[in-house]
Amino acid sequence: MMAWIAFSLIALVILNSALCVVRSTDLVHTVFWLALTLLGTAALFVHLDAEFLAAVQVLLYTGGVITLMLFGIMLTRRIEGVRVLHESGNHRRALASAVAVFGAIVTAIYRDKQTAHAVATDLPGTEELGQLFLQEMVLPFELLSLLLLAAMVGAIALARKVDP
Amino acid sequence: MTEVFAQPPGLTAYLLLAAMLFSIGLYGVLSRKNTLAILVSIELMANAVNINLVAFSRFSGDLTGQAFALFSIALTVAEVVIGIAIIVLMYRSHKSIDADATTALRG
Repeated sequence: MMAWIAFSLIALVILNSALCVVRSTDLVHTVFWLALTLLGTAALFVHLDAEFLAAVQVLLYTGGVITLMLFGIMLTRRIEGVRVLHESGNHRRALASAVAVFGAIVTAIYRDKQTAHAVATDLPGTEELGQLFLQEMVLPFELLSLLLLAAMVGAIALARKVDP
Repeated sequence: MTEVFAQPPGLTAYLLLAAMLFSIGLYGVLSRKNTLAILVSIELMANAVNINLVAFSRFSGDLTGQAFALFSIALTVAEVVIGIAIIVLMYRSHKSIDADATTALRG
């Protein structure tokens, strides 16, 4: 019962702020609602026994991505006047597509018999996760750091002012 | 109905939550015109996928799902970095970041 209450509260926060993300008319508000969604997801990760991932989520997403997005807004918005977000014309079609995709996913969830009978199992802790990363998955792990380096160099090369 | 709530939430509850989050993100991607707002909506969709991965990990007793979620988080951060660099560049050349401001690949 307690688990259901916690889950419902977290789900309420996540869905509510996600709706605000797609409906808000101010870009800065949109980004702050996204921050709340990501924090709610971190809480859900704790609820799912993934404490390390929750910490990574707060550090990388809520810390890094939100700051980056705010920088993006500051760099691309004219300071004078409040800019209202423009919506594209195909409002109804967007809604219909989203509902259709949701229906398809729900059908897939309920068609699979294993899903309903899955039982929560206790997971080994963060120590085991570290072992997994540095033994079995060491190559993807190192490739990931290379990718982050490449992304950083690429972003600087793209966004710097070109010398005449 | 009371039987469902007598035990902790099952895998289906988490998958449904992630499906809703994914659909909301998809609606945002399709209905927005501002490229930064589209990028934010893509974040929502990626987040829904992460919830799925962690939930599967919890309900199969295997840590691989969590490892994949971690990879996915790092990939998304790289994606945002490049995306914002492109948006800043687009603002510099078109003085606008609306998705229909850029109609040519070149120039």
